[in-house]
Amino acid sequence: MARRDVAIVATAQRPNEVGSTLTSVELILPVINDVIAKVGIERQKIGFWCHGSCDYMSGQPFSFVAAVDAIGAWPPIVESHVEGDGALALYEAWVKIQTGECDVALVFSNGKTTSGPIDRILNLQADPYMVTPLWPGFDSLAALQARACLDAGVLSEADMAEVAARSYRDALNNPIAYAKENVTAEQLLARPYTTAPLRAHDCGVPVDGANAIILAAGDAARSLAERPAWIRGIDHRIDTQRLGARSMTESSSAAIAAAKAGVGDDRIDIAELHAPYTHQEILLRRAMNLGEGTHVNPSGGALVSNPAMAAGLARFAEAAESVFSGSADRVLAHCTSGPMLQQNLVCVMEGE
Amino acid sequence: MFTAPLVVAYPYKRTVGTLLSRFFQSLQEGRLEGTKGSDGRVYFPPAEFDPVTGRQLDEWVTLAETGTVVTWAWQSAPQPDQPLERPFAWALITLDGADVPLLHAVDAGDIARIRTGSRVKVRWADERSGGIRDIACFDLLEGAS
Amino acid sequence: MSEADGIMRLRQPISVTYNWSAGPNATSHLNGLLDGTLVGKRCPGCSLVYFPPRNGVCPKCARILGDDVVVGPRGTITTFCVVNVPFLGQKIKLPYVAAQILLDGADISMQHLIQECEASDVRIGMRVEPVWKDRSEWGPSLENIAHFRPTGEPDRDMGVEAGAS
Repeated sequence: MARRDVAIVATAQRPNEVGSTLTSVELILPVINDVIAKVGIERQKIGFWCHGSCDYMSGQPFSFVAAVDAIGAWPPIVESHVEGDGALALYEAWVKIQTGECDVALVFSNGKTTSGPIDRILNLQADPYMVTPLWPGFDSLAALQARACLDAGVLSEADMAEVAARSYRDALNNPIAYAKENVTAEQLLARPYTTAPLRAHDCGVPVDGANAIILAAGDAARSLAERPAWIRGIDHRIDTQRLGARSMTESSSAAIAAAKAGVGDDRIDIAELHAPYTHQEILLRRAMNLGEGTHVNPSGGALVSNPAMAAGLARFAEAAESVFSGSADRVLAHCTSGPMLQQNLVCVMEGE
Repeated sequence: MFTAPLVVAYPYKRTVGTLLSRFFQSLQEGRLEGTKGSDGRVYFPPAEFDPVTGRQLDEWVTLAETGTVVTWAWQSAPQPDQPLERPFAWALITLDGADVPLLHAVDAGDIARIRTGSRVKVRWADERSGGIRDIACFDLLEGAS
Repeated sequence: MSEADGIMRLRQPISVTYNWSAGPNATSHLNGLLDGTLVGKRCPGCSLVYFPPRNGVCPKCARILGDDVVVGPRGTITTFCVVNVPFLGQKIKLPYVAAQILLDGADISMQHLIQECEASDVRIGMRVEPVWKDRSEWGPSLENIAHFRPTGEPDRDMGVEAGAS
């Protein structure tokens, strides 16, 4: 079966914040209504709804069922949920469109990351026999990876600070970014370690956020957007769950996903990488062979606002918007999941 | 606006399968046993299935209580339920005789005392119940790093 | 760790403490409960009155609910079940009745207990009223109502309405 042409035609994101007192449904509802309003489509024309979130984030079992309240699911709709980042839900929606069961899908995700101890909560994703009982937290696991990279000479603390400084400065131009600062790498390096060798600026800032994206196939996409962001390649790969059995200094799953998605076929103007830690951005750039000509994370990326389970889909929204506006022709969106870049989803999009 | 603390707790009891049953039994008895993968690499904790080929692993190897730090990070403010209450190092540690490292804590006392390559030794928990926490943490081997 | 058939069982309690927020749209409802008033909300789109106001949105229209509406306190049983099965943490004497109650003025039924009558006397259409706990025990919760009891009024013919709620 020939692959259908599918594009992102609209996106909506709410400003990232800390300590939101909204419920998950209240967080989601405005972005869904925004993204629908942007393309002016009737709800009934949306053939598939797919949601990415994590119940542990909200502390409410089956919170994703309650989230259906935000959709306006009447008359009944076709809906699915991924216990993970919204980017993984986007992949499911893309597959759904490929099957020919629908032409238009709406993908959304939310993360109320600051209502609980996120570092402890994410530990529940780890190996339940050997890792979770130690309660290491994701910052400390990432710090182990960073140390291995530093020891191997793959990168330096100055390189990491440079990533953070660029992200914090770029975020000054992003109205929905949470952390933003006109700062230099030298200034950041003078700040103390939090989980050595990581400093605060090396770790993505946990925030509450929500976003939504509309995908459409072929002529439907052309009728809904002036310049759709066409998905040319998408691939998702996973490294072993055994932390010790993985390379700490490269990301083989990101490299394979990037190759399968066709990243190397032509230049990439903008890459929105979901790197919650500075050294991970460097590992990802190396794994995907992204050169000087690629602007990485002009939005500021997940370092400046990391709404868990929504930060990956946010990369898709940012990358697609740069195609909509004409500021980029060929872009990359990436999502990671699990400790130390365990999972990597890579997508290449182009304008026409 | 109404807000309140909400505690969500689950008293999970996990059946661990035949291979991990043997592993946790051996830990409880104070032995360190790993498994050998298809490429000859020794895993500790044991791999149930070869991460490369997927084959079920059943060749056991007994390991020493000493090992080497492969990489480490400093937990300056220990959090609830972590292995130690004073600042400590997380580390990936390759036990002598093993090839694939495990994650655990090193009671180094001070960040200046640990480095990649540091030699460490298992400190057994006073009371062992069959679990990875039967290893309380690792101690630095004095003068050996 | 316990052992049976050579298979170990690993005790692994997990717990996480959250700072839970009920959200701005639930505030008037919860304040009402503190005051002994049953406050629902009306959808500005379809005009249905929700009690409780769910997550503050109308799931049919995907709109934030609008005006506060005082409902009840009396209502009508739309459906019910008789609980005969003991379970962990059960506080009420068996058998008891859990019912969906459509409060007067509301369009969506809510679940609560029926007490002060035989389980066998409970029926669809029965009129009921809340029995509040002592005010000293009240919080921002529907638990302020100990249970509902029959009012003795004539039954209401629920017709298809019962199924729709």
